[in-house]
Amino acid sequence: MTGASPRPGADTPTTGAVRRARLRSLPSTIRLPRQPLVRHLILFVLGAGFFYLVTVNVSAYNDYQIGEIAVYAVVLGGLSLLTGHNGQFSLGHGAFMIIGAYTLALLQLHAHVGLVGELVLASLIAALAGIVVGVPAARLNAPYLAGVTLMLALGLPQLSAKYGSVFGGEQGLTTTPPIAPGSVSSEEWLAWIEILCALVVIVLLANLVRSRFGRAFRAVRDDEVAAAISGIHVARTKVLAFAVSAGCAGLGGALLVLSTGVVNVGEFPLSLSIALLAAMVLGGASSLVGIWWGAIALVYMPTWSTSLSQHLSLGTSAAAYLSDTFFGAILIIAMLVAPTGIQGGLRWIGRQSWRALAGSVPRPATAGPSLAPSSGERDGAHENATDTTSQDLPNLGDRERRQR
Amino acid sequence: MKICKGRWALRRPLLGVGAATAVFLAATVVGAGSAGASTTGVTKHQITIGATVPLTGPAAPGYSEIAPAMDAVFKWINGHGGVYGRKIKYIYLDDKYNPKTTATLTRKLVLTDHIFADVGSLGTPTDLAIQKYLHSEKVPHLFIESGCNCWSTSKYPDETGWEPPYTVTGKILGYYIKKHFKGKKIGELYQDTEFGQDVMKGINMEVPASDVVGKQTYDVTTLAGAMTSQMSALKAAGAQVVVLATIPAATALAMLPAAAIGFTPQYVIDNVGADPPTVGPLLSSFTTAATHTKTAAAAATGLMNGVITNLYQPPESTASNAWVKVEKKILQKYTHTLWVKHGLDGNTEYGVALAYTFVQALHAAGKNLTRTSLMKAIDTKAKSFKTPGLVPLKYAKTVHYGYEGDEIVQFTSSAGTYTTPSGTWPGTKVLSPVYTSTVGNGPVKAYHGKEPSVPKALRKTA
Repeated sequence: MTGASPRPGADTPTTGAVRRARLRSLPSTIRLPRQPLVRHLILFVLGAGFFYLVTVNVSAYNDYQIGEIAVYAVVLGGLSLLTGHNGQFSLGHGAFMIIGAYTLALLQLHAHVGLVGELVLASLIAALAGIVVGVPAARLNAPYLAGVTLMLALGLPQLSAKYGSVFGGEQGLTTTPPIAPGSVSSEEWLAWIEILCALVVIVLLANLVRSRFGRAFRAVRDDEVAAAISGIHVARTKVLAFAVSAGCAGLGGALLVLSTGVVNVGEFPLSLSIALLAAMVLGGASSLVGIWWGAIALVYMPTWSTSLSQHLSLGTSAAAYLSDTFFGAILIIAMLVAPTGIQGGLRWIGRQSWRALAGSVPRPATAGPSLAPSSGERDGAHENATDTTSQDLPNLGDRERRQR
Repeated sequence: MKICKGRWALRRPLLGVGAATAVFLAATVVGAGSAGASTTGVTKHQITIGATVPLTGPAAPGYSEIAPAMDAVFKWINGHGGVYGRKIKYIYLDDKYNPKTTATLTRKLVLTDHIFADVGSLGTPTDLAIQKYLHSEKVPHLFIESGCNCWSTSKYPDETGWEPPYTVTGKILGYYIKKHFKGKKIGELYQDTEFGQDVMKGINMEVPASDVVGKQTYDVTTLAGAMTSQMSALKAAGAQVVVLATIPAATALAMLPAAAIGFTPQYVIDNVGADPPTVGPLLSSFTTAATHTKTAAAAATGLMNGVITNLYQPPESTASNAWVKVEKKILQKYTHTLWVKHGLDGNTEYGVALAYTFVQALHAAGKNLTRTSLMKAIDTKAKSFKTPGLVPLKYAKTVHYGYEGDEIVQFTSSAGTYTTPSGTWPGTKVLSPVYTSTVGNGPVKAYHGKEPSVPKALRKTA
């Protein structure tokens, strides 16, 4: 295989390292500027163009579903920041969606702040709730935090029944979807709004995780003591991650009820919170590209499992759990085959095929400790850090390194 | 499962439609629906209608039987030439009682399946999630399977409820209690949602407040264990008559612990949670789970003996009733799997009656079917529809509730027994004339008209 090496001298450490770095970054950053902001804005424009072309060419119902995917991408983006980058687990993100959803509905009923104002406020109020939950949670370790958020997801819906005059009880409150201009169908218009929100949120998150805050998030995730010694305020960092994440969930909840036309707690069952977490892991916990896979799974999984149960002629009691079982099975398979989620798996496949195409990539046989895969990853590509598998859940450690 | 295959078969042709056609149709469907040469969902040979119902999930037991029972009626109609030569294609999708899913699936029905009308979608929060959308798409939202007092509003003139509004039922039950349990101590247990609150609102409009000795509630979202504390509180308050506005599982979870503490009041249960073939198996399965003995389970089903409730359709146990006969025939012939599993119970009877109401509306709308002509037929001719209801349908320009009348009955083995695939149940003894009332302050009045008879065509062909 070494014979395929295109240039002489490719084995010298410098050129080898450069090539490896290029190889690593190729699948996602091919010919894109390395300046995060510029790169993200270019991706934003490309993404917007892509979605525009898709939405105008598919049916109105598909537009509606694409809008739903975008909404879940917003929520999953926040969750990815919290779990993938900061190592905190939330089993109750549905609760923050409820907060955002009711904020939007109450604003539409009682105040006239315009759609942008409603969405921003929904997001901010959910973020505030995130701070309230995050402050005590910053003192808790992962399983206890998961417990606290679980209680929130269970308890919060009770408020709507308790204060029925404000929240409309079981029936909830109605929302008014934005009016589509001209000949644009209402589904298309709504999908555009949702896609725009998703892209804006993801660009903001992508910039955030590549900033010093992002590095602080990951430092705290990897080792709180080390992070504290490095001068990072651990609790503040955790609360910030929680607030940003809750804000994303709030925006997602608001967008969701905007398209439904009504907000009530039945739309946000506990199973939604769990499904969100599973979808986030499925896509790739720390990848802002991977969350789209998770979002697609959330929207289409119920449809697929319904078709499957009809094909298999399952009884209704079995069919009821098929969707969850299906999701769980795919999650297990994904974790076995690609521990870094679908996106991590795709990247791995991409790198392998690139290697096969470009010929051998000599492993750093002569490399000293500084060129060991994991440290090489971290040294070599700062701003690229979150795209790499090393950013994933810490406990995936060895296995995941072998994958690389 | 035959039902599932049937559904799949219905949807297959749609998958065959090319994507390009779908885009084209989707573009034309927006704004369609006004009367014209073609009405969405109606062709010379077919009428496509749809619904969202819980086929799986927590709300599915019982309720999942309704849509297949409706489909049986449409199959029977289709087998006899359809309505004015048009066959009815019924697409019902599983929303798991989640309003978000309802909203998504309803868009699928409207945008992809191009339904003429949404008929028989189930649930209060679920249907509220789609009322605005269906109205904006000009799709009639008909015969909603919920007794919410909210379906008759001038804001949504193309929306109609079907079963008696909860408050009307409550008033009629309250009227009976006031009349026949004078001076008795009344205890109340209700679901803390619109359903329970609205039933109790009606009851408390009739029953003197001084007679009510205890009010207990339960939270349906955390409904898990026996309601021992609530029933103990009612026992301690000395309640002699206990009124329940509960879903079937909650009825069982209230009656079992009461029996365990030796509390045996006279139960008056709202129709929603009183159907013996639905509640009985729950009583026995909960008992089996707790005690692991079969004799205790058998004894538990006996708790239904003596229960008083309201009915707005002929009792399914009255085998001699002409409607019951026809309903059984249709179910047996056109949805055999459902028939074998459930027979004629409160849910399948509900489905048959509701579907037949829609068939009557189609007939009344005439040959030139449009959404406007259908709504006009419901608004002006519904009183003459022949349906299994004990009272004629109430629909008018300003009233979009279906039945506003109930009779009070008691399940008692002294009236014989009847057997369904889930067990043998006490027969039904009619205790009162049919009463009618309205959601507002109107009085409860006895209805003296005749029960609509079975149309000859139906008797002959079913």
